[in-house]
Amino acid sequence: MFSIMFPAVESGVIYALMALGVYLSFRILDFPDLTVDGSFVTGAGVAAIMLFNGQSPILATLAGMGSGFIAGCITGVLHTKGKINPLLSGILMMIALYSINLRIMQDRPNIPLLNQQTIFSQFEALWDKIGIDEALSSAFAGIGLKPSTWAIMFLMILITLTIKFFTDWFLKTEIGLALRATGDNKQMIRSFSADTNTLTVLGLGVSNAFVALSGALIAQYNSFADIGMGLGMIIIGLASVIIGEALFGTKTIMRTTLAVIGGAIIYRIVISIALKVGFNPGDMKLITATLVVIALILPKIFDSQKVRNRKKRKRLDFEKMYAVGPGKEGENVASTKSDSQSI
Amino acid sequence: MLQLNRIHKVFKEGTLDEKIALSHINLALEPGDFVTVIGSNGAGKSTLMNVIAGVLDPDVGEVIIKSKNVTNLPEHKRAAYIGRVFQNPLAGTAPSMTIEENMSMAYARNKKRSFRIAVSKKLRGFFQESLETLHLGLENRLTAKVGLLSGGERQALSLLMATFTEPKILLLDEHTAALDPSRAELITKLTKEIVLQHQLTTLMVTHNMQQALDLGNRLIMMDKGQIILEVSGEDKQNLTIEQLLHEFQRIRGTKMTSDRTLLS
Repeated sequence: MFSIMFPAVESGVIYALMALGVYLSFRILDFPDLTVDGSFVTGAGVAAIMLFNGQSPILATLAGMGSGFIAGCITGVLHTKGKINPLLSGILMMIALYSINLRIMQDRPNIPLLNQQTIFSQFEALWDKIGIDEALSSAFAGIGLKPSTWAIMFLMILITLTIKFFTDWFLKTEIGLALRATGDNKQMIRSFSADTNTLTVLGLGVSNAFVALSGALIAQYNSFADIGMGLGMIIIGLASVIIGEALFGTKTIMRTTLAVIGGAIIYRIVISIALKVGFNPGDMKLITATLVVIALILPKIFDSQKVRNRKKRKRLDFEKMYAVGPGKEGENVASTKSDSQSI
Repeated sequence: MLQLNRIHKVFKEGTLDEKIALSHINLALEPGDFVTVIGSNGAGKSTLMNVIAGVLDPDVGEVIIKSKNVTNLPEHKRAAYIGRVFQNPLAGTAPSMTIEENMSMAYARNKKRSFRIAVSKKLRGFFQESLETLHLGLENRLTAKVGLLSGGERQALSLLMATFTEPKILLLDEHTAALDPSRAELITKLTKEIVLQHQLTTLMVTHNMQQALDLGNRLIMMDKGQIILEVSGEDKQNLTIEQLLHEFQRIRGTKMTSDRTLLS
């Protein structure tokens, strides 16, 4: 069990960055941004090609992140200046990015990174020198926890928490508040002298920067970048956001960003369990879509069930009240009751 | 303080639905003027507000605020001079954000937004003091989401948010029309107090004739995109609803069409 759980959590923490990006566009800006499918690969492709050409992993990762920022900004400009519908501007950008990504990857649909230095291999080397693994392994070996290294997990948690706290802080700044209001009530924030167009562009830029960062790290984690690796990424992000929010709550921003990270990890665990019980990797998109549909519909069913139960309780209360009440009314109720029984 | 020069605005020009919303409007507000605007539906009152606020561009004419020509400034830049309260109580606040966050956004109206934490301890005290003037107990609910407030509370908050940074111009667009009578009365009272306290130059659209007479030092009546009547000073103080309706009939030769106007 542990052998499948550990990598699932590991990659979940990396995908959580992408989910945070989707949270920014989808929830904060109220902008269903499909650019994600493309910008994830852009981040991966830029990082991969730079690593392939021997650049430093940190620089490659940051460049990947920056490329996502630019992609998001372009989607924002298409929507705000070009007045194109949000969904359509995202789709247009996603399609355009497919070609751009191929160009970035020098017309190769797949770039392997098996022999390249990555941010993880560098960190592992550093990690080994300190020798924390032995200490951790001996501490956790008792409960069967013995991964090949703790370095990747540690580094990813560090990066993801940094981005989480950055997001929490950013959304509490003056510009961050205006950004949230842009998704909440455009008319209001415009009347308080905020330029909603610029804010939308900025928000989508930051959102896609997170997504591309996630892509750059996933490429290094899996040791390859692939032109098709972004397919359905937006739905995975959505699944993470919705699952996280439903399970961990949305009371404050800090709580919600943590919930989104939790959602991304749980999503990965679910997927790896599905693989374990015999589904094909090709089935994962269907499973993801089904998960999102369930997560969207279930709360509504619960709610209507609650309303129905309350109505039923009320009706029973009233019937009791009238049945106990003196005089004709009580008899009437009683007689209708027996009528309905005879029917 | 506010000057409108020959403002002309036509909707759907060149089509069958062409409508002249504003026809060569000239209007000047002195500092501290409180002008109430009445008129039947479609008279051009809301268009006038939107032209001043920069939501709509006039076809001809210029808008001048504090001797600065703002005709070509977009809405969000003009907002540095203008405070607005909308008819819809839900329009002036962001529901999923807290009271203090909403106030902090309003506080930044005439400042540059930066990457500072928006709600500081010092500001919180200031917000609390400002909220106390509403007497609604909102000062104890700074971290409550605005979506949880009632319509009246939200409109009171909107009014406070639009005014506590002392805008050059305050635009009130039927801001009590969507409230029940007692809440509307409260907002009217607050409006009176706040405008007096900050000496705000105010333009208020209303369908309620009594309100138009009770508030402000000037009154204008609009019809078919024109200002057809202007009363100020002592004349306005002595004015009654009957006189107003009579005046309208005399000028236009028809009865005022709006049911809402007659009822109020």
